[in-house]
Amino acid sequence: MDAGKLIKMANDIGRFFAAPAAAGPARDQALFGIADHIKRFWDPRMRSAILAALDAGHAQALDEPVAAALLAHRTLLTPVAKA
Amino acid sequence: MYSKDTIDFGTPAKPGAATVAVDIDGVAVNVPAGTSVMRAAMEAGIAVPKLCATDSLDAFGSCRLCVVEIEGKRGCPASCTTIVEPGMKVHTQTPKLAQLRRGVMELYISDHPLDCLTCAANGNCELQNMAGAVGLREVRYGEGANHLDAPTDTSNPYFSFDASKCIVCSRCVRACDEVQGTFALTVLGRGFDSKISAGGKPFMDSDCVSCGACVQACPTATLMEKSVIQLGQPDRSVVTTCAYCGVGCSFRAEMKGSQVVRMVPNKDGHANEGHSCVKGRFAWGYATHPDRIKHPMIRASIHDPWREVSWDEAVTYAASEFRRIQAKYGRGAVGGITSSRCTNEETYLVQKLVRAAFGNNNVDTCARVCHSPTGYGLKTTLGESAGTQDFESVEHADVVIVMGANPTDAHPVFASRLKQRLIAGAKLIVIDPRKTDLVSSPHIRAAHHLQLRPGTNVAMINSLAHVIVTENRVDEAYVAARCEPADFARWREFVALPKNSPEAMEAVTGVPAATARAAARLYATAGNGAIYYGLGVTEHSQGSTTVMGIANLAMATGNIGRTGVGVNPLRGQNNVQGSCDMGSFPHEFPGYRHVSDDATRQLFEKAWGVALDNEPGLRIPNMFDASLDASFRGMYVQGEDIAHSDPNTHHVEAALSALECLVVHDIFLNETAKYAHVFLPGASFLEKDGTFTNAERRISRVRKVMPPLAGKADWEGTVALAAALGYQMDYKHPSEIMDEIARLTPTFHGVSYAKLDELGSIQWPCNDAAPTGTPIMHEQAFVRGKGRFMVTEYVATDEKVGPRFPLLLTTGRILTQYNVGAQTRRTDNVAWHSEDTLEIHPHDAETRGIVHGDRVALRSRVGETTLHARVTERVAPGVVYTTFHHPESGANVVTTDNSDWATNCPEYKVTAVEVAKVMSVAAWQAKFDEFHREQMRHLPARPASSPKGGR
Repeated sequence: MDAGKLIKMANDIGRFFAAPAAAGPARDQALFGIADHIKRFWDPRMRSAILAALDAGHAQALDEPVAAALLAHRTLLTPVAKA
Repeated sequence: MYSKDTIDFGTPAKPGAATVAVDIDGVAVNVPAGTSVMRAAMEAGIAVPKLCATDSLDAFGSCRLCVVEIEGKRGCPASCTTIVEPGMKVHTQTPKLAQLRRGVMELYISDHPLDCLTCAANGNCELQNMAGAVGLREVRYGEGANHLDAPTDTSNPYFSFDASKCIVCSRCVRACDEVQGTFALTVLGRGFDSKISAGGKPFMDSDCVSCGACVQACPTATLMEKSVIQLGQPDRSVVTTCAYCGVGCSFRAEMKGSQVVRMVPNKDGHANEGHSCVKGRFAWGYATHPDRIKHPMIRASIHDPWREVSWDEAVTYAASEFRRIQAKYGRGAVGGITSSRCTNEETYLVQKLVRAAFGNNNVDTCARVCHSPTGYGLKTTLGESAGTQDFESVEHADVVIVMGANPTDAHPVFASRLKQRLIAGAKLIVIDPRKTDLVSSPHIRAAHHLQLRPGTNVAMINSLAHVIVTENRVDEAYVAARCEPADFARWREFVALPKNSPEAMEAVTGVPAATARAAARLYATAGNGAIYYGLGVTEHSQGSTTVMGIANLAMATGNIGRTGVGVNPLRGQNNVQGSCDMGSFPHEFPGYRHVSDDATRQLFEKAWGVALDNEPGLRIPNMFDASLDASFRGMYVQGEDIAHSDPNTHHVEAALSALECLVVHDIFLNETAKYAHVFLPGASFLEKDGTFTNAERRISRVRKVMPPLAGKADWEGTVALAAALGYQMDYKHPSEIMDEIARLTPTFHGVSYAKLDELGSIQWPCNDAAPTGTPIMHEQAFVRGKGRFMVTEYVATDEKVGPRFPLLLTTGRILTQYNVGAQTRRTDNVAWHSEDTLEIHPHDAETRGIVHGDRVALRSRVGETTLHARVTERVAPGVVYTTFHHPESGANVVTTDNSDWATNCPEYKVTAVEVAKVMSVAAWQAKFDEFHREQMRHLPARPASSPKGGR
């Protein structure tokens, strides 16, 4: 999957959930919102690809809350291997 | 047009209980107050002769045929304009009345061609019937002045106007005014010189929109369908549902054998109540167009000729290819797209095939590119992914916001209802970058037109909300009782911020602050406030945010949960609502339940006998991306033309070209099918049984009126493909599919074909709690419990104007064409719209040296096409507009794959472009033409050649 496109999509998601939440419990809620949205709507290969992009050093292309959400909720987002 | 199949009560029904008792010819009858004597008589089973009266129009009282005698009253009043009074004794048949009526008829017939035996209306003519009913036996008036040589206007492709047969009853004029609301017809002249006229012009040159209301109202053969003139009177009729827009009009398909003679809007149809538009009424000829593909075809490469094969060979080949691809690339390397033009039962089966036979959730539907943000936004705020009202509700609205929708073009029959309400006094606010017809048309003028810049919907909604909150116009009691308090408090604080004020947002939206403030006050204070919106809301990078913003506005003002209010998405295609309901999204099972929900998944696993994936699949744009990275290699597309309709055509074409097996199941070799390896011939809506669900959640029956031209209805084709994949689906009739849907989907538990036949239609939810359906949602509480206000921060789109691309392109639809035009381009509707054009403001045209009709290049960062310019003030300076009904226009060569953050719905409505005068077509268009010609050569010998787009 095109990592650049996935990063843009993730940043767009982040701008919705993180907009009203700068710090505190609201920030935690926002980070979970970002991760949960990606978990609920992205095919596993897309999630794997954006986590791979994060690991490959593309975090600077991700908005800060999005990168934080991916890191904080990596387990949630990592697809379970299937037979 | 008189119809033998329906009862005409002469005047409209009056609401309320039957409380007035009258005696008509000795028969006692009780009717609601305000009922006419004519209608009361009909209720008692007594037909009073009539010509100018029909129950779709207000009484007029001009023909004098319906006179009656009333005890205690002088003279012989017209029964259509006389209202019943308690204890009234009416006589409809007396010697005096008979003499009067014969005299009236004699005058009519003295100026009417006596060509009944060769007349197209013979046997189905009210004038003829009335002559018989009054016992007319002679016409004493010989030669004299008459209208027998009056000309016939045949300019309209679908109906003719034979003035020599006109009795000037004004039914056509009144139908145009009272039903359609266009005011295109009038009576010119006085007395003997009176004649019906389309404003002194031929019909095709007039304001007539060819809705057919006048033809339906005509009691003679004056206004007559050309199909009836050609084919003769029908001998049977079948009630079915239109396959065009999301209004879902009910029609009677009037037939001779398996030949459709005409489509007549069904008076008992709950969505349309006897009205229609030019598409549903007349543009059905595509169903038997020579371009129909009637045999399955296969080929190894898209550059090979097609080979006609049996159904069995086609599905066996397709299945073997899908299995080969899955073995090579993985189970998730194939997927399918359901069709919003197909029935609920068919979309259900395609998603079932993908989930159960492919073993993944890679299923999506065209709602991805239109109303997926509606699903997300309304589910988040209200708890259900659907509109809140029935169409009838608009008749009780006091103020209506129409945002990003052009219903007179895209949802014309709903627009007619809306216009009648506006004429009656409701206020209108239009939020749209273009001056649509609703902004200003005969007897309609919007109170406010918020002509915002494309891409600023959220800024606009927030500024309206700011006014409502800061001017204390919130319905506090409603919000306190029905909404989540913490979310509301957060939202109230957010929208009250100065940055969201109309004054601050004016620079963003381009809408004067005073106008925005006035509109917000009007919506909040005028009484019942209803919001109707379309793709101008959803097809944005913040489409879902705007939908949530709209729901916020409605909740804040207490405008959800009763008649006359609500949040109403106007769905584009006939079964967009249904295809979404049926589980066409890759993350949801039927009934909008997430695939990760164990209980739901186990329910379907038990019913379908297979293990199901608990992870969301690919959405359409993701499928294209995955195709280009080689993790997705096979696709089954039923009834959609993604190569034409989806944005960034270069990207889509590359993705489709990379597929190893593309199976297209359609009635025509559409643009997508040119990239296909297997073609399964589809069936039109006339060739199958099923149901459609319209924009008001109304489930209506689709009934087969002719056998499938290719031998199988689409659901049968999917069953065959599933069987070839080794997954058996055992259905003998679509009713059994609906029974399965009802078993597995709580909002459909009470739906069955038997109940649909009994009730005519059903609005879901239909279950034990609502056994006959739910016209208005969220009446006592929101589906999610408490309504949830969402903070809707405005984020500017990436599509920004600049030196290279200084204009914003927005796209839309027009009345006579439908979506990608595969159907309407194969009808005489091309007489109105033979090509897509580019609307450009005179100022922008002048600075570029462009005049009306010039060929212009339209360039964006992703592509270039050319169109002819239409210089008009409908668009604001800085904005250009086009439609996408003709594939060679290439509108989507220019649009980008920028998309809604939540759903990936493409941002069709905002593309930064430049426009320049050119002399020749764009490179893509030349390539398109070459590829089209190649693909036509690959088809087996055909009865008629197919130029681009089927014209």
